[in-house]
Amino acid sequence: MKYSVLSLIHQAFRGHRDWKPVWRYPEPKEEYDIVLIGGGGHGLATAYYLAKEHGLKNIAVIEKGYLGGGSVGRNTTIVRSNYQEPGNIPFYEWSLKLWEGLEQDFNYNAMMSQRGVLNLYHSDSQRDEYARRGNAMMMHGVDCTLLDKKGVQDLVPFLDFENARFPIQGGLLQERGGTARHDAVAWGFARGADSRGVDILQNTEATQIRVENGRAVGVETSRGYIKAKKIGIVAAGNTTRIAQTAGLQLPIESYVLQAFVSEAIKPLIPSVVTFGAGHFYISQSDKGGLVFGASLDGYSSYAARGNLPSVEDTIEEAMAIMPSISRVKLLRHWGGIMDMSMDGSPIIDKTGVDGLYINCGWCYGGFKATPGSGWCFAHLIAKDETHPNAKALRLDRFKTGHVIDEAGTGAQPNLH
Amino acid sequence: MNHQINRLKDGGLIDRAQKLTFTFDGKAFEGYQGDTIASALIANGVSLLGRSFKYHRPRGILSAGSEEPNALVELRSGHRREPNIRATMAELYQGLEATSQNRWPSLDFDIMSINSLVSPLLTAGFYYKTFMWPASFWEKIYEPAIRRAAGLGRPPVGNDPDHYEKAFAHCDVLVIGAGPAGLATALAAGRSGARVILCDENNILGGRLLSDERTIGKDSGLEWVKTAESELASLSNVTLMRRTTVFGIYDHGVYGAIEQVNDHIASPPAYQPRQRSYRIVAKRAVLAAGAIERPMIFGNNDLPGIMLGSAIRTYINRYASLPGRRAVIFTSSDEGYTTAKALEQAGAVVVAIVDSRKGEMIQRAQGGKHLQAVDIQMGNGTIRSVECDLLAMSNGWNPAVHLTCHLGNKPVWHDGVHAFIPDKLPKGLTVVGSANGRFTLQNALDDGFRLGSEAAAETGFDTAASHAPTTDAESLAHQPIWRVTSGKGKRFVDFQHDVTDLDIELANREGFKSVEHMKRYTTLGMATDQGKTANIAGLAILGEVSGRTINEVGTTIFRPPYTPVALGALAGHHVHKAFRPTRLTPSHQWAEEQNAVFMETGPWLRAQYFPKEAGEDWLSAMAREVVTTREKVGVCDVSTLGKIDLQGKDVATFLDRIYTGTFSTLAIGRVRYGLMMREDGFVFDDGTTARLGENHYLMTTTTAGAGKVMAHLEFCHQVLWPELDIAFTSVTEQWAQFSIAGPCSRKVLQKIVEPAYDLSNEAFPYMSAGEVKLRGGVPARLFRISFSGELAYEIGVPNGYGDALIRAIIAAGEEFGITPYGLEALSTMRIEKGHVAGGELNGQTTPRDLGLAGMVSQKKDCIGKHMSERPAMLEADRPIIVGFKPRNKSAKLTGGAHFLDLATKPSLSADLGHLMSVAYSPTLKSWIGLGILKNGRQRIGETVRAVDFMRGTDIEVEICDPVFFDRMGERLRG
Amino acid sequence: MRIPCPFCGTRDSQEFTYLGQAGLKRPDPSAPNAQAAFHDYVHIRKNPAGPNSELWLHAYGCRSWIVVERNTLTHDILGADYASPVMKEAAQ
Repeated sequence: MKYSVLSLIHQAFRGHRDWKPVWRYPEPKEEYDIVLIGGGGHGLATAYYLAKEHGLKNIAVIEKGYLGGGSVGRNTTIVRSNYQEPGNIPFYEWSLKLWEGLEQDFNYNAMMSQRGVLNLYHSDSQRDEYARRGNAMMMHGVDCTLLDKKGVQDLVPFLDFENARFPIQGGLLQERGGTARHDAVAWGFARGADSRGVDILQNTEATQIRVENGRAVGVETSRGYIKAKKIGIVAAGNTTRIAQTAGLQLPIESYVLQAFVSEAIKPLIPSVVTFGAGHFYISQSDKGGLVFGASLDGYSSYAARGNLPSVEDTIEEAMAIMPSISRVKLLRHWGGIMDMSMDGSPIIDKTGVDGLYINCGWCYGGFKATPGSGWCFAHLIAKDETHPNAKALRLDRFKTGHVIDEAGTGAQPNLH
Repeated sequence: MNHQINRLKDGGLIDRAQKLTFTFDGKAFEGYQGDTIASALIANGVSLLGRSFKYHRPRGILSAGSEEPNALVELRSGHRREPNIRATMAELYQGLEATSQNRWPSLDFDIMSINSLVSPLLTAGFYYKTFMWPASFWEKIYEPAIRRAAGLGRPPVGNDPDHYEKAFAHCDVLVIGAGPAGLATALAAGRSGARVILCDENNILGGRLLSDERTIGKDSGLEWVKTAESELASLSNVTLMRRTTVFGIYDHGVYGAIEQVNDHIASPPAYQPRQRSYRIVAKRAVLAAGAIERPMIFGNNDLPGIMLGSAIRTYINRYASLPGRRAVIFTSSDEGYTTAKALEQAGAVVVAIVDSRKGEMIQRAQGGKHLQAVDIQMGNGTIRSVECDLLAMSNGWNPAVHLTCHLGNKPVWHDGVHAFIPDKLPKGLTVVGSANGRFTLQNALDDGFRLGSEAAAETGFDTAASHAPTTDAESLAHQPIWRVTSGKGKRFVDFQHDVTDLDIELANREGFKSVEHMKRYTTLGMATDQGKTANIAGLAILGEVSGRTINEVGTTIFRPPYTPVALGALAGHHVHKAFRPTRLTPSHQWAEEQNAVFMETGPWLRAQYFPKEAGEDWLSAMAREVVTTREKVGVCDVSTLGKIDLQGKDVATFLDRIYTGTFSTLAIGRVRYGLMMREDGFVFDDGTTARLGENHYLMTTTTAGAGKVMAHLEFCHQVLWPELDIAFTSVTEQWAQFSIAGPCSRKVLQKIVEPAYDLSNEAFPYMSAGEVKLRGGVPARLFRISFSGELAYEIGVPNGYGDALIRAIIAAGEEFGITPYGLEALSTMRIEKGHVAGGELNGQTTPRDLGLAGMVSQKKDCIGKHMSERPAMLEADRPIIVGFKPRNKSAKLTGGAHFLDLATKPSLSADLGHLMSVAYSPTLKSWIGLGILKNGRQRIGETVRAVDFMRGTDIEVEICDPVFFDRMGERLRG
Repeated sequence: MRIPCPFCGTRDSQEFTYLGQAGLKRPDPSAPNAQAAFHDYVHIRKNPAGPNSELWLHAYGCRSWIVVERNTLTHDILGADYASPVMKEAAQ
């Protein structure tokens, strides 16, 4: 059922009685050509592109909870492609290009809003680092602008330019960056995949990947065994748990990252703003809430909740750039599990087990990567070859040394 | 001035002797000390307080507590203006200013209320289905309009004039909530001698006992509260924390709480915080948070004048404010009759009691900006319209289980009490009274006394059991109804977010059957009240329309904070300049006297340059400092470098494993440059290390690396090689250290050091280290090391002598024309010398990348050695450090520019590397830079372009050796 | 969280920094498989959902490296001890 303002008006006169379910609740089949483990943004996007771009139909997405219930539904909704490392740039830029046509492509308004992402810098050396990044992006044709203090003041005058501990000197602006409505992204991909015949099996937990003679042949689930010709692991924070059932050992640790939203207030922050003397990012949702986050809680965790030290730290950072929000109130904070890789960059690759593919290591960056990740993972699974834009995101890069370490913090996941 | 037309003649816990004036939307009103904004407005006959989120419908007061979804106002003005304050919780003070929000031009006439007319379009999630064409319209047209319409109050302006504190508190038993259950718990625990903290979000203790006429033992409920309070106040082991909300439960018995220290007055007294945030660490905690009454869902159930029954009793009994004169009761429990009695006692007329258990329902409310009538569907099906100005809803209670869920537990539906009650609990927490679904007063007291003693006993404080007194009887017979669909009008489930039962139906119809999907699709429960009055009804309706029981539907996850918390409170004093500590160098005061310009370098504030006269800019000052140092002598405070003192018989072995080079062969009295890698083979830090004795080394680190190197060494010692006999400690702050550099540095030094010490090149050559005494007897450490490339020394003295030493050096150097130099000059000189520093030690470079492959000893293992030999790190064309000079001498280099070959177009594959550090060299009279370049060493003498899109420059640069000045190092050995 | 430092007693987690999996043995650099062993040592982690042995540094306390047994699903702490057997001995 196509969505449009006309269909909306038509339904309004009929009491919205005829809207069809956005997805089915199918029974699992005995066998699929492709089983994707994980019904989050990346899994659903992979299924969508497998069906749409590769014409494959016999696909299941297995989700232990409700679809879109993981990181895609609990992040701070930032979309950008302002990366520095040549291994990351083409991938994230491709993802952003997909974002730019996504809503028309899957006929769902994900409220992709290119309102700009502004990274503040606070010292000369940081300015030069940002210039290095901006120039690296421009090498690939990704537009961005280095602003001085005045440029930042014009854009976001409500920041603290007077009395900050780490005075704002300028910023790197990617105008094409912005935010999107996170849930809608999952729902749009799910709807698009479902309508193309993909079975999205919610409340179905994958418990074991069955490997026979070096080949993945199926998945044990809470609803029985499902045979599969190819299996993709797209389980984000739970990657290790399922991958180890196939004997994989991965350069991944799971950490909790908290996210925060304030009460709704009238429009204040026009773009996404990040703090350079810490690790803090904030934007304002269409509903009016300030949506923000900062660093990981710092310890390995599979509990989707965090603790007060990070809460206070995050809010101190918020106040460090915009003390005017002191009297705005925190409405809710929650946690999600991040699949932190050892260099802070993702992995989209084969695994060494035939028919088993992996997509993980998204760290903080998974949401913006959703379409790109789905596109490239679908390409890998369908064609058994790495997509050119994901060719650096290899699993063996830790062996070869071709690491993609944006932050330069080394094999220490909680520092990325 | 309006009069308090609805103020009852007597009664209530207000202080009629203290009359207060306040304004709402600029209009002046009167109230009393003890009122809330809501109770005072009710007393003044005001019932319209705000407009709803989506449809901008008129909204009044629903509740009398922190669950309030509707009555939100902006409080105070100017820099103290706060949006979204619940009028039901805000205490009245003299001169209070409140303003309605989310309306334009006025509360009475709100243009956006036309949204109601197109409401058939604005169903749940309508925005997902439209606004997609054309794509560019979203940012330009649709979204700005949506954003302007959404939001509630206006953001505050400027800096908050108030301040906030953070504190830790520790106790044996934390009691959350000071209603009857909480008071009983605190009494029982307090009597045992255990350290008890009792928190309540209200300004007075008592909970429901403040709102209902009850009997406990021989006393009235209020008398019992008073007695309990004075007993608790008399116990030195009990801390009463009023106006304190425990907003979250965290791991291992940590509870987040906010005390609203001074929100009940216009502004905090001098030196007092507005709010204080606590981390309360409790061995045991007891949740006595009570319960929240459920509204009824029927047509137009959001009209001002429709209130919770319990809230009406609160306004009558606690505040002596009568919310209406012709009342209808809509109840599914016996509690409706209690409300009716209270209303009648207060002089209102109860025109109808509609008891759903008799098959009677209210179908619809009628009215414009206030309730005027209700349509009652009688048991026999006939409809009767009854005029009224107040409707009391009683539909049972939802236990305030929120805190029990913050660690991921979910409550379960209990059919006996028709409510979700806590199931699995966080460790150390028990629940008493209504919060546990035990709704009678007798239950509350029984639970409190029993579990209070139990909690204290578990923390080691035994006491004779306290027995609960007997209360008057109450009947809570109840059969909830979730909605009445037979009438017209919108039926609101989530008042603040304008979510109706039809929105939930639509969500279900479209496949959003999971409770989480429904919540996210409809936004039910996501408003500032986090659905305190909405969630359970929403679940029930979703269950009904999807053919599931409410337990099968389950709840969403309750998240902290229980009620919204001001961001300022969680930041405490860590704002503005106090966001993070500022570390000052030993010469800071002296440098300030010299009018030095300072810059932030990590936690430190360091002198950037020393302008000679006002207006000298950084470039001229830097150039002057460099030239003076290279020609005469300069001095720089280098105390910020990390200093680690290592001792023990295995220190040499330890350093050999830490550093790429060999330190066991270092002679006593000598210094060596050291490079450390991380275990992954990338450079970690660098610095010089001196051997002061057989088993005694002094290491220096970079300023930024001081902390992490220390932790790394401790890891290596304690975790990897505990068998090594070493001990080390950071002495960064114990030693003030200055670099004296330049041809005259020895002469300056000789004037400071006792003459007995021979500082000649022969006696104290380059890379020497030793202990000396300064004239006057101050012990010092002297190192002949040079970052600048000049004849140079670093001299360290105990930190307390730092200020005296810098003054002595300047005095001694005066005759030689000494200059202090700052970070700019320091950086320029090191770039001239090709020394790597911050820009190059960025965690992405290997020793080989930095031209330091020769520093990695091939005779031994060290941290990082194996991984630095991975294939990618040995690739022939991996970018390597070289120097750069612009072909056109007047051209400026910019850090972060990338290199391209002369005729190539920009692309990732054409990218050859980038400039890491640049400086204007007054020595070479040209900009110079260090950077990494593919095949750099083979290309020395060639030309590439330094392309900087960010600054709009594209210049030709010559690739050169990274050492620009005195390649042979003759000056520093002189 | 509250971390039981064997030296200082139980303290707020804010005083500690976290490294990761405990018990990893630095490979013998002269072993023939050293390159592979170092790869695993530096990069491969068990990352269990459940009890985990992990290294914490009491950075704003006694600066002991400690091994904490902690459940990553519930955050329950089952115990903590000095990482260094030498320090443990000294403490006893």
